[in-house]
Amino acid sequence: MSQPTYTKALLALEDGRTFACRTFTGPGEVGGEVVFNTSMSGYQEVLTDPSYSGQMVTMTYPLIGNYGVNLADIESDRVQVAAFIVREYQPFPSNFRSMGSLGEYLQAAHIVGVDSLDTRALTRHIRNAGAMRAIISTRESDPEILIQKARSLPAMAGLDLARTVTAGQPYLWTNTGPMPIEGRLNESVWMERDAKSSVVALDFGIKYNILRCLADRGCEVAVVPAFTDPDTIKAMAPSGIFLSNGPGDPEPVTYGIDTARALMGYRPMFGICLGHQILGLALGGKTYKMKFGHRGANQPVKHLVTGKVEITSQNHGFAVDVNSMDPRQVEITHINLNDDTLEGFRHKELPVFAVQYHPEASPGPHDARYLFDTFKRLINEAQ
Amino acid sequence: MPKRTDIHKIMIIGAGPIIIGQACEFDYSGTQACKALKEEGYNVILVNSNPATIMTDPETADSTYVEPVTPEVVAKIIEKERPDALLPTLGGQTGLNTAVKVAEMGVLEKFGVELIGASLEAINKAESRDQFRAAMEKIGLKLPQSGFATTLDQARIVAKEIGFPLIIRPSFTLGGTGGGVVYNPEELETVAKAGLDASLIGQVMIEQSVLGWKEYELEVMRDHNDNVVIICSIENLDPMGVHTGDSITVAPAQTLSDVEYQVMRNASLDIMREIGVDTGGSNVQFAVNPENGEMIVVEMNPRVSRSSALASKATGFPIAKIAAKLAVGYTLDEIPNDITGETLASFEPTLDYCVVKIPRWTFEKFPETPDLLTTSMKSVGETMAIGRTFKEALQKGLRGLEVGRHGLGADGKGRQEEDGAFPSQEEIERKLSIPNSQRIFYLRYALQAGMGIDAICRVTGIDPWFLYQIQQIVDLEQTLRGRGDGRCICDGEKPQFPLTDEELRLAKSWGFSDVQLAHLLGMDADGVTAYRKQRGIRPVYKLVDTCAAEFRAATPYYYSTYEEECEARVSNRKKVMILGGGPNRIGQGIEFDYCCVHASFALRQQGVESIMVNSNPETVSTDYDTSDKLYFEPLTKEDVLHIVEKEKPYGVIVQFGGQTPLNLATPLAKAGVPILGTDPKSIDRAEDREQFQAMLNKLGLVQPANGIAMAVGEASRVALEIGYPVIVRPSFVLGGRAMAIVYNQKELENFTRLAILASPGNPVLIDKFLENAMEVDVDAISDGETTVIGGIMQHIEAAGVHSGDSACVLPPIKIKPALIAEIAAATKAMAAELNVIGLMNVQYAIKEDSLFVIEVNPRASRTIPFVSKATGVPLAKLATRIMLGQTLKELGFTREIVPPHLSVKEAVLPFDRFPDVDTLLGPEMKSTGEVMGMGLDFGSAYAKAQLGAGQKLPVEGTVFISVMDSDKATIMPVARDFNALGFSILATSGTCAYLRERGIDARRINKLSEGRPHVEDAIKNGEINLVVNTALGGGARGDGYVIRRAALKYSIPYVTTTSGGLAVCKAITALKSNELTVQSLQAYHHCVISPGKG
Repeated sequence: MSQPTYTKALLALEDGRTFACRTFTGPGEVGGEVVFNTSMSGYQEVLTDPSYSGQMVTMTYPLIGNYGVNLADIESDRVQVAAFIVREYQPFPSNFRSMGSLGEYLQAAHIVGVDSLDTRALTRHIRNAGAMRAIISTRESDPEILIQKARSLPAMAGLDLARTVTAGQPYLWTNTGPMPIEGRLNESVWMERDAKSSVVALDFGIKYNILRCLADRGCEVAVVPAFTDPDTIKAMAPSGIFLSNGPGDPEPVTYGIDTARALMGYRPMFGICLGHQILGLALGGKTYKMKFGHRGANQPVKHLVTGKVEITSQNHGFAVDVNSMDPRQVEITHINLNDDTLEGFRHKELPVFAVQYHPEASPGPHDARYLFDTFKRLINEAQ
Repeated sequence: MPKRTDIHKIMIIGAGPIIIGQACEFDYSGTQACKALKEEGYNVILVNSNPATIMTDPETADSTYVEPVTPEVVAKIIEKERPDALLPTLGGQTGLNTAVKVAEMGVLEKFGVELIGASLEAINKAESRDQFRAAMEKIGLKLPQSGFATTLDQARIVAKEIGFPLIIRPSFTLGGTGGGVVYNPEELETVAKAGLDASLIGQVMIEQSVLGWKEYELEVMRDHNDNVVIICSIENLDPMGVHTGDSITVAPAQTLSDVEYQVMRNASLDIMREIGVDTGGSNVQFAVNPENGEMIVVEMNPRVSRSSALASKATGFPIAKIAAKLAVGYTLDEIPNDITGETLASFEPTLDYCVVKIPRWTFEKFPETPDLLTTSMKSVGETMAIGRTFKEALQKGLRGLEVGRHGLGADGKGRQEEDGAFPSQEEIERKLSIPNSQRIFYLRYALQAGMGIDAICRVTGIDPWFLYQIQQIVDLEQTLRGRGDGRCICDGEKPQFPLTDEELRLAKSWGFSDVQLAHLLGMDADGVTAYRKQRGIRPVYKLVDTCAAEFRAATPYYYSTYEEECEARVSNRKKVMILGGGPNRIGQGIEFDYCCVHASFALRQQGVESIMVNSNPETVSTDYDTSDKLYFEPLTKEDVLHIVEKEKPYGVIVQFGGQTPLNLATPLAKAGVPILGTDPKSIDRAEDREQFQAMLNKLGLVQPANGIAMAVGEASRVALEIGYPVIVRPSFVLGGRAMAIVYNQKELENFTRLAILASPGNPVLIDKFLENAMEVDVDAISDGETTVIGGIMQHIEAAGVHSGDSACVLPPIKIKPALIAEIAAATKAMAAELNVIGLMNVQYAIKEDSLFVIEVNPRASRTIPFVSKATGVPLAKLATRIMLGQTLKELGFTREIVPPHLSVKEAVLPFDRFPDVDTLLGPEMKSTGEVMGMGLDFGSAYAKAQLGAGQKLPVEGTVFISVMDSDKATIMPVARDFNALGFSILATSGTCAYLRERGIDARRINKLSEGRPHVEDAIKNGEINLVVNTALGGGARGDGYVIRRAALKYSIPYVTTTSGGLAVCKAITALKSNELTVQSLQAYHHCVISPGKG
């Protein structure tokens, strides 16, 4: 066990509120949008979730780092958050799978982690004032300068972050992780064409656990960059198309929206999170930025078809306006019981459906895993 | 699905008396359930024999039966009330077992009563070990290797198959009674035997030991629509091998990654569905191998439990209330979340704080029992603390435990300071390796002694994460120790203090109390407090809101921490703060919580804001909707003053919560806090020997000859002067702690030493013991002008048995009217003299028609709820209004209510948990709870009380009588009565000869020393149906002890006093002459006109 070196730091929000804190990852300065996540476990999954790109994530559970980090609980190939904010960092992890401390992990990834601040006050502030831009710095102690810096950061609304996190190169998902696809994207990319359903996943910042869930259900998944055009995808002749989660505002992701629109009805299509928003936009709906979003593992979602409630994992700051969807074309299938926001819909005629939340969980409850079965069933039915 | 309209009348079975493993958490859950169902317009029928509960308040249910919780009695109530449904899952194991029996008797079918919440099938599937195993295997979950045995032979075979160490678990018992860990065939014999005896179905499970595995618990809820949510995860600091009730536990789970947590969550959901719990709350316990994460299911309870009460308090999610609503057809998404007001109950609470629960043991009450923790629960209560760090919560919890500690050591107390020497390595390792009540403090010693975390983990199995937290506390202690030179200036212009603000703030945020800091810095605590406050280092209050601040919380449920933002919403209303009683222990239990809750209700009624401060998670007082505000905090001067400074209440009520707040009265008053009601000086005056004596002299009242002593020699002189036997006891303690009757100098010296230890610095009280006197308890209420008697209770057991352990009857049945008048007059005179504003309790002894004052306590007593239930007068509520300035006259209560019916209170004793303890009653209180029996004659009321307390009195057969010489005279009428009732009498030589000489037909039976077959054989063979055995004082152990333990073991009713024997005869007469009838409390009260209603 090694005690981290703590460095005094200041967190300054764009609206002028500041919090004295300290880093447990060495000196540094970083900016981003401050959001909070209410999951009590699963910090490594949160850190590596590409949807958090550009965000400084506060965990509301105060003690973080307890069970360390390992090689398995990752949702992408790197730490994605801009910074990590906790009440009391735990430098002494204990778990049979732990391979190191959280602090060392963040430090190796050059990500700033801070603790020793009133994270509940910060959370309440965000709840009341909305998610906002902020700077954490160990170098600058003048709050005014930092507040100005925070204000000069790009605003999240209108920001296309999917572009920055999407895979540079297409890959096939295998049980050992991504395997790059060399050569052209066409029918020849599939290795198990006969044994499995071929699924193309448009990567706006996909979480590995989505791929694991699809693979578990007998899908071979080719992950392709977000810009991949409809013709290329058709050339791959998949049996299903998946639109992934991802960070940022969906509206500027016009390339993704166009592709989704073009492929609708071509093959069964399933969208999660940003993928849900992109499908919503492709179907003529509107999206908006939420005040502070939904981030956590305890969001109740009602499945309107069965009347049952699912406890879901969520991570989104934008939502599809439920009133903007054309009821003649689209059926609302899921709503959030906390605030009645749209959580899922399906096309009335085409095999197209999407959910705003994360059925792959990771972290979070597995209540909604059935959606992957639904997708697989649609694929099977279409074949 | 909305609520069901096809049912109208619902019966709830309560848990009965407080026993180890089943405490006031079931009052909390039962009260919530009653309220929830009434709110929905259902007619609620309640059965519970425990008068000290809020649930048995006449307002809580529509018809309340304070009757024994036995299948036969419940069947009678069902026949009378004809409920549509029975909700069996809220009254603990007692409620569940009773419901199962009633169902199996065919009563539910006969009267068309539907079991709601959990079906008989589901209950059996969860409770029967083999059915449970089959169910778990079906869904692919593992249980420890195990086998069943119904005989010792079978047990030996199974043990051989699995291999030692093994865990023995009796089927169908409570809190693992009779179970235990065995390491070798010899231990197997004893524990398996005890387990077979303890099991209701004579079966034990013999199980692979998973000692040292990590232990977890998940609280689960399910509705009719198959929605399942997890309310809380709990991780035990103490690994497998220590009963969960005896473990320090932490919420949420700390050392599980999300991957492992979700495996556990999925398993819990599968278990709920497989067992088929229709609706409501359940808990599932898991063990996890720390080496590889292998997970096994330990057990599942298809009902609300102690853990669900803890989970409710830890999260703010009211499990019992929601369970009741789900049982009548609602789904989780139809029920609002009260805390946020804007969201629904169908979600999973998320915490942004750490919760630590610490059990409270009372091994000091049972010196014969070694302080060891096993799979059989021994704690009598618990405290919970909330902090933003584990370190803070742990230290808050330890100082809330009421064991004289101010945190995890560093407070000048404990083993090292008492003995002046640091414990040896050998002692440390022993205390670590064998779990015991002091282990948490020995973890500190181990770290101080340089034992590494890995080594401690190997010995204890405690997860390194917890040990690291404790290491941090110990390291900070080391850093701070000796930093002060005792010359600091704490206030004024230029204060000098040895710590920087940053250091001070860190120490406070890790839970260090000012007492600890003062000890470390060589200062006094007030100095530390003064300096700290001057520097603006004060706690802030944060909300328990179920959602980690994601939504605005409507319910003001607070805990303190040292951070930036304070969320306490302080109003401008008139407010009164009530100090609760802290953790339950013997001598201070639910009765005091009952009074605190009543105070809160009365304040609300009067439009005064009520602020509750308490640290006991089991209680109704810490239900967030009992008071206008709840501060879940330790009851120490420092913590209470912080709240007072924040809230600035009009006054503080200290006289309801028992000794804990009473001990704070004077320090708080000195700090300028307005104490409502009787002046703390009067409390001292009643407690201080000389002042008290002066008062009695002034009033012309008499007390037994007495004196005080500060040392052993002085005590001998006093005792000689007043003559043996004498009673020795420490002052300023409750529950007869370290109190004893002594007959000679040697005993006197021993017990004086113990008394000095029990209350250091305070005088030891020595009183003449009045042998064979009758004791009387009086509760009264006074407004300073008028005093009204609340109730006069005549004890059944003769003087010498602690009032808390003695049965009593109200109104008295054997006291002459003139003496009753004398008692009333004396009580009123003392109330006036002490200027009592509120409640007062007096204990008298009557010997040869003379009245002696034993003690006076100007505060709520243990009997207040009993008296209120018996008379229908809400004494605690009236007292609260008096403390607000109203008069008894204004309240319309100016005359004592003497009800036409008889009410008997009987104590319930925990001897079955303490295998080596004698069951004799004495001046030190040992009971954990009480039951009440009501009837139109004494016999039937007493019979019901006995039945409620678990004594099944025989109506025929053989009674065994053996008494010491001094009891021979008083045993005569008892023997005569038994003869007349048709019992045959067995007696040991001396008693037999005595009885025969006086014409009683008795047969002689061998004492243990006189060869076999002897009396123990007869008990084992079922030849004895009732045991009357006395051996007070002199130490007549040996035979008597073995007999009494055997009676306990074989569930033979036993009586240890001759006066108790006489009462039993009356009860048996009643049982023989007519069948017991049941009547609701409301019907009893109908005949009594009571004040202060509405």
